[in-house]
Amino acid sequence: MMVTQRSSDEWDRPAPVAGSYAFVVGDDPEDPGSLLEVSMGPQHPSTHGVFRMDVVLDGETVVKLKPVFGYLHRNHEKIAENISYLGSMPYTDRLDYFCSLTNNWAYALAVEKLAGISVPERAEYLRVILSELTRLQNHVCLAGFLAQDMGASGTPLMYGFREREKILDLFESLTGARMMCNYMRFGGCRCDTPPGWLDEARAVVDSFPRFLHEFENLLSSNEILMSRTQGIGVLGKDLAVGAGITGPCLRAAGVDYDIRKVDGYGIYPRFQFRVPLGEHGDTYDRYMMRILEMHESLGILKQALDGIPEGPIIDPKAKLRGFRPKAGESYGRIEAPKGELGFYLISDGSPSPYRYRVRPPSLVNLTVLEDLCVGHNVADTVIILGSIDIVLGEVDR
Amino acid sequence: METPQQIRDRIVGAVAGLQVECLPNGAPAGVPSLLVGRSCFREVAIFLRDDPQLRLDYCSNVTGVDWPERTEKFKVRRQVGEVEKDVEESRVIPGCLEVVYHLYSMSLKHGPLVIRVRTGDRSADVSVPSLTPVWRACELQEREVFDLFGVHFDGHPDLRRILMWDGFVDHPMRRDYVEPDDYDYEPTPHDHVLDRALARAKPGEAGCGSGAR
Amino acid sequence: MLGSGIIKGLAETGRNFVGSYFDPERMTTVEYPEQRLAPKENTRQFPFLVFDGEAALAGLRCVACQICEKECPPQCIYIEKSREKKPDHLGKPQFHPAIFDIDISVCMSCQICVEVCPFDAIKMDTEFELSTSDRFGGLLMHKDLLARPNSHFLKVHPTDAGVIDARRAEERARLEAKARLDSEAKAKEAPPAA
Ligand code: SF4
Ligand code: SF4
Repeated sequence: MMVTQRSSDEWDRPAPVAGSYAFVVGDDPEDPGSLLEVSMGPQHPSTHGVFRMDVVLDGETVVKLKPVFGYLHRNHEKIAENISYLGSMPYTDRLDYFCSLTNNWAYALAVEKLAGISVPERAEYLRVILSELTRLQNHVCLAGFLAQDMGASGTPLMYGFREREKILDLFESLTGARMMCNYMRFGGCRCDTPPGWLDEARAVVDSFPRFLHEFENLLSSNEILMSRTQGIGVLGKDLAVGAGITGPCLRAAGVDYDIRKVDGYGIYPRFQFRVPLGEHGDTYDRYMMRILEMHESLGILKQALDGIPEGPIIDPKAKLRGFRPKAGESYGRIEAPKGELGFYLISDGSPSPYRYRVRPPSLVNLTVLEDLCVGHNVADTVIILGSIDIVLGEVDR
Repeated sequence: METPQQIRDRIVGAVAGLQVECLPNGAPAGVPSLLVGRSCFREVAIFLRDDPQLRLDYCSNVTGVDWPERTEKFKVRRQVGEVEKDVEESRVIPGCLEVVYHLYSMSLKHGPLVIRVRTGDRSADVSVPSLTPVWRACELQEREVFDLFGVHFDGHPDLRRILMWDGFVDHPMRRDYVEPDDYDYEPTPHDHVLDRALARAKPGEAGCGSGAR
Repeated sequence: MLGSGIIKGLAETGRNFVGSYFDPERMTTVEYPEQRLAPKENTRQFPFLVFDGEAALAGLRCVACQICEKECPPQCIYIEKSREKKPDHLGKPQFHPAIFDIDISVCMSCQICVEVCPFDAIKMDTEFELSTSDRFGGLLMHKDLLARPNSHFLKVHPTDAGVIDARRAEERARLEAKARLDSEAKAKEAPPAA
């Protein structure tokens, strides 16, 4: 048996039942008792937080699946509309709590667009370095969690966490906190790097490929992983584009869309990197996208660490207190590790935003969860969900 | 990509009688947005998606904005008796709910185009056509706007509350939303801090205390 | 060959397992609380109030301007101004806080209070072992619990504290120089008048 070979007719399964929204259990006229409704979550180790899936099963096969949200809802947007622009910055850390620095950047970008603030060179380089480090640690955890979801309890996850720890140490010595960094400000960053920080970062970046190699040895050619993930949860190109899927999930489906390339925000156009694309759009491709993106991130990091200039860290005109942008609106979006993270702001000239909206990649990527899972085994829903990569702090806000 | 004004002219040129209006944006380098009438909203959306020059196949962000009724004061020059004087007049701008869509093109890699649609008022006439049949990406986000703002989307396949629970009655993101006082409440030493912030709160004051509670 | 990937992975696990006994790079566990890592200089946990001199409450740098109270995002600071003023380090009469409370069960360690304080009076501590058996009163820190000497600030954030101390010394020196000049000028003017 060759596991790597695949053809589409190998997978004999019913077509996804999209558009059937009414939720009736036991509606099979032939056999009213054959369907079983299972509520997976909200307290389930595989749901990566407090997330629930109402699954209707025919034997082991998923017939319907409805995600249920809101267990972690705290109305982040309402809070932000009642406090100053600066006051929301620490709250953005708590959206996708794995990637606080990219959240900071997206918010800072939206405010900078709204008020027309420019960012000094050194701060732009630091933002790139920090968000690529964030991407590394997010993807490395994701790969670990995915293996965990498949039943490889602990080992790959712990290897991933060991590497993540080094990156979090870097975050701590620069920003003061490991996860809730609250580091970026409108017009730059909060403080300059402590002495020697860039060398430490270089050391982490230099040692990372060895770990990636080790991780790939451990997992990427593992037959169990391949047979569990190949052909599972196939996401087609058209569905992916129409459903607004972004990030590695979209690129696994073969759509070349990376906001770092398309918008070229910050100083990304200066760096050489490739955008990895998948062919099949299945769980294995989504997993491989993360591994390949980590390689590209390392390339960006090397270039940025070599090119970072000396200079001011924040625009001297940027105000910390009493910040009141003129009336108007802006939409700032970046390529966060999970997809397009956007902030939409409307200002009415007062010290707090009139409308503050977060476009969460995790929530929108869940649109297709049912399409991906229908027809697969219930154990596969866990892997499919894991490969979409959600964080509930961001889904529910 | 063409400017929103050009796109608007092209839409209106293609089909006469569509209500599309170009709204300015005060932010530096901000792009204007298109305000589309409710009756032709879905046709315009389909046009934007399928037009070969635009191909806006990706709807990134869907969000609601609440505009409560407000009075605007303005000055006009009027003949008062003999002399011409500046007189202050006011006009009531009726409230509405607005839904904003940010469109991009994945195939042509351009964007954004911002389109918006408004409801008739904030209580009775709150439905707008759903764009979920045009872009599947709107499905969960329109549900969220329904849940938090109370906009009703006609033609949405699964319009249920998404973040709040099913028995919940109000719409928390509206500007005039008042927190119910019946939630499970536990006193904390923090209470007197909040009470004080509340007592001091003046609208329009800088800082975080301005809008506490 | 089927299974070769698994064997490759097992070899990797084996290498890591053996390495976890010998290879310093793989021995990453720190046995807290017996062993501790040295705190990093930028680490922030909860705020404290800096005081100069010996007496904690008399030497507080805070002038009760309430900026931090207003800017704190979760609103966890509570300040009440004193009635009377007393001179600060430059001799200017200033208010001081009669009450200064921080509810650390609400504080999210965001450091915004530190950034907005114009008087360098509030700084972030690195102390994190603050658990208590009384989750209401025990987590509400009053100003006597929050006050820490400047030497503590110098210990936890040496760079930052050094810069601030130098600036304050300079301000004071400038003031003294000015006072001296003024008195000399007065002294010159005085004799003819007498
Ligand atoms: S650290 Fe943040 S939350 Fe804590 S007291 Fe300061 S401003 Fe408030
Ligand atoms: S700590 Fe600083 S900002 Fe806060 S009241 Fe005292 S002097 Fe003002």
